[in-house]
Amino acid sequence: MDQSSIDKLPKGWKSIPNDLGSDQTAFKGVQWGKAMMWIFLLSDTFIFSCFLISYMKGRASTVVEWPNPSEVFALDFMGVPVPLLLIAIMTFVLITSSGTMALAVKYGYEKNRKMCGWFILLTAIGGLTFVGMQAFEWSKLIHEGVRPWENPFGAGQFGSFFFMITGFHGTHVSIGVIFLFIFARKVFRGDFDTGRRGYFTTMKSDYVAIEILGLYWHFVDLVWVFIFAFFYLW
Amino acid sequence: MTDNTGTNKEKKTTTHKIGIYLWIWGLLFVLSFFSYMVDWYQFQGLLRWTLILIFMFLKAGLIMAFFMHLFWERYTLVNVLLWPMTAIACFVGLMVAEGKYTVFTRFIYFVLGE
Repeated sequence: MDQSSIDKLPKGWKSIPNDLGSDQTAFKGVQWGKAMMWIFLLSDTFIFSCFLISYMKGRASTVVEWPNPSEVFALDFMGVPVPLLLIAIMTFVLITSSGTMALAVKYGYEKNRKMCGWFILLTAIGGLTFVGMQAFEWSKLIHEGVRPWENPFGAGQFGSFFFMITGFHGTHVSIGVIFLFIFARKVFRGDFDTGRRGYFTTMKSDYVAIEILGLYWHFVDLVWVFIFAFFYLW
Repeated sequence: MTDNTGTNKEKKTTTHKIGIYLWIWGLLFVLSFFSYMVDWYQFQGLLRWTLILIFMFLKAGLIMAFFMHLFWERYTLVNVLLWPMTAIACFVGLMVAEGKYTVFTRFIYFVLGE
């Protein structure tokens, strides 16, 4: 369905029964891959919600005091412990990479092959930096004796929630980084200009693939917003 | 040709001015800085939780609306994605009540029982 015929459809609340009740396509003007990515992200939202809710319940129901995150995650900077320093830097790195991804999507839609590729590469480097800092944070906490079953700071549940939630998020970032590198190569090679078929999918694609990749990457950033708020700041 | 609404008529794709992305990017930086300041100044109690939630929802909203383009999508997709969040809110409410009950029983049997 092209843009001009979508513009003629009803808008606002009326568009919902109209779109859902119409033949074949419920999500007008949304490429199928993009709709599927959204539905995947919705299911992923539920997974992360379950983790964060179980963390909330675990933290609310322990009779032992919860470790103070701003002390546990403090980092010595020139001899002075700065609370949450590494986490703050990780947050800014991830937001930066989200911004470069947004620009990559924009340049993709403008069919600006080189700018799109460079911004995807920048995003991938940002993601890699994030994963590296997370690995540093994990090894630091493990050295300090944090385990999934016990830790020297307080309630024993702290470790299991920490490793589960940040580990699952870090896995998402790592998978995203791999795909960012793959798509940077595809963009630079001009796959989306020439309609070259994908190795696994054997299907032609265009720059909408970059928007789909962008949705995933922004979602990873979105989840971090919630983890940062609930796990590190609360 | 790109007109004001960002509809690219020749290629039939949608693109937006770079300014909007830079603005949102800047806002996300500022909001993250503010939420870090909540910890820096060690606000406690209700003020802390309110500020954390406000900054969190603002950041999440900006990312979803503009970076993930939901602001420009049709209502059907937006509603299909956002209504399920009410189920999560219900789940949170249930588990708050459950957590209170669990800590109550633990106090009765573990702490007072010893």
